[in-house]
Amino acid sequence: MSRARSQGRAAWLFVGPALGLIGVFFALPVIAGLVLSLTDFDLYAIGDVRNARFVGLGNYARVLGAQEFWNAAGNTFYFVIVGGPLSVLASLVAALLVSSRLTRFQALFRSVFFVPVVTTLVAVSIVWRYLYHPHYGLVDWALGGIGIPPIDWLGDPRWAKPAIILLAVWKNFGYNMLIFVAGLQSIPDELYEAADLDGAGWWPRFRHITAPGLGPTFLFVGLMTMLGQFQLFAEPYVMTQGGPLQSTTTIVLMMYQQGFRWWRMGMAAAIAFVLFVIMLIGTAVQLRLQRGSQA
Amino acid sequence: MRRSGRSLVLHVVLGAGLVLTVMPLLWMASASLMPAGEANTFPPRLWPSRATFEHYVALFTRLDLARHLMNSAIVAVGATLISIVVNGMAGYAFAKLRFGPRDRLFRVLLAALVIPGQVGMLPLFLMLQKIGLVNTLVGAMIPGLAPIFSIFMVRQYALGIPDELLDAARIDGASELRIYWTIVMPLLKPILATLATFTFLTMWNDFMWPLIVLSDDRNYTLPVALANLVGEHVQDTELMMAGSVLTVLPVMIVFVALQRAYIRGVTMGAIKG
Repeated sequence: MSRARSQGRAAWLFVGPALGLIGVFFALPVIAGLVLSLTDFDLYAIGDVRNARFVGLGNYARVLGAQEFWNAAGNTFYFVIVGGPLSVLASLVAALLVSSRLTRFQALFRSVFFVPVVTTLVAVSIVWRYLYHPHYGLVDWALGGIGIPPIDWLGDPRWAKPAIILLAVWKNFGYNMLIFVAGLQSIPDELYEAADLDGAGWWPRFRHITAPGLGPTFLFVGLMTMLGQFQLFAEPYVMTQGGPLQSTTTIVLMMYQQGFRWWRMGMAAAIAFVLFVIMLIGTAVQLRLQRGSQA
Repeated sequence: MRRSGRSLVLHVVLGAGLVLTVMPLLWMASASLMPAGEANTFPPRLWPSRATFEHYVALFTRLDLARHLMNSAIVAVGATLISIVVNGMAGYAFAKLRFGPRDRLFRVLLAALVIPGQVGMLPLFLMLQKIGLVNTLVGAMIPGLAPIFSIFMVRQYALGIPDELLDAARIDGASELRIYWTIVMPLLKPILATLATFTFLTMWNDFMWPLIVLSDDRNYTLPVALANLVGEHVQDTELMMAGSVLTVLPVMIVFVALQRAYIRGVTMGAIKG
């Protein structure tokens, strides 16, 4: 009995520091954020908190009524809906190629494909900014080689989003590739051997063995990729500052600008919570879609 | 198609992927060694006409990048050390020590994983301003100190420690802290290495939070300094590439050295997820 009690006391000692840090630097700010989003906290309130007034749901009404917000939301959805699946697809293809029984130097390919993942996002965003240069960039030069006229990737509102997606896919596909590779390794070899005996081709094997075997992996990768795309920030910040013509301003970038450039903290907090709700809805939708497709 | 033909196609595709993957990084390294202006020519150059280190020299003399390198190292190493101690203990306790609300508490933590970090950023900034941690390196470390996912990672690993081992030590009269230090820690070494690599890379590469919390450019970490630099020096392609190399190189070295530990973390999240 006393041993159990001393274990209990020790346990609190062990979890205490972590819970304390989470409580003070995470839980408390989240709750405070909710309160903040109900006030008109701005530059004057930073000087003296008494200048902040309670405005109820006023910030939410203003955010949801603002053209600017729906533009940012539209851009964010574009990144989620186009960039997300593209990124997952690239990872899956890479994983299948790398793990093929015919592939030699598997470890080498896996490691090299993973390298962009560990690089610093800000640094590679700057590198790609130059790669996309309409006169001197390697991208347009390579495309010119196959007869495609130069594209002003980051200066043309039609191309800025695809340009950022391309960078994000390049940067991230290695991460999900590794997860898919682990998923592929968990599929028993006997299933493929049986399919070989039946003389099944590539597509039936993929459709009836690989795809179902990867089901849970798909769910995880899809979800994580989507949540990451919802929070896109550094790429547009460094490459386009949200331009041209606000075509790459994401919700998080807008939150940052409202909160830390214009010091409209109440407004920015409301944007953060709207994003949170959107992400929850996105998660629910994706879980339902994927459960449905597996059933 | 014959087997050898298929294999050829496969390796050609993989080779093309390899080139596309490393090209941006190779060009970054190559352009950083070009004499000023050479990266802005048409057709683009792949190799410097002669290699020069002048841009690296400029970064360390004129632009004082050593300071930012140091800031980044302090933030990343500091957060990593604290994270190993704090999350190692918490993860172990959630796996192996019995205390009242343990499982309920852990479920609450897991549920909180759905809350995106941005939601707390604004109030956190205001709080840190009140206690004087805005514009300090300690302030920049905060998101890396006790992320819930880290506790989760250690806990999953610690579940595999046999209870008999711990009970035997308890019968011998060892205190819980001593048990942790002498028996558990050595067993947790692999996952703590994973946690350390993860934390270091995440903190080194982090951008949004240090951008918010560090206002004085003397305190900028490398990514923030670099993003700031590109505003003034956008024409100096070669200089910016040297700065990018300098930012990316340390994480690459850490990754190559601790690759196995890092990759364990990547696949671990997936298995449980």
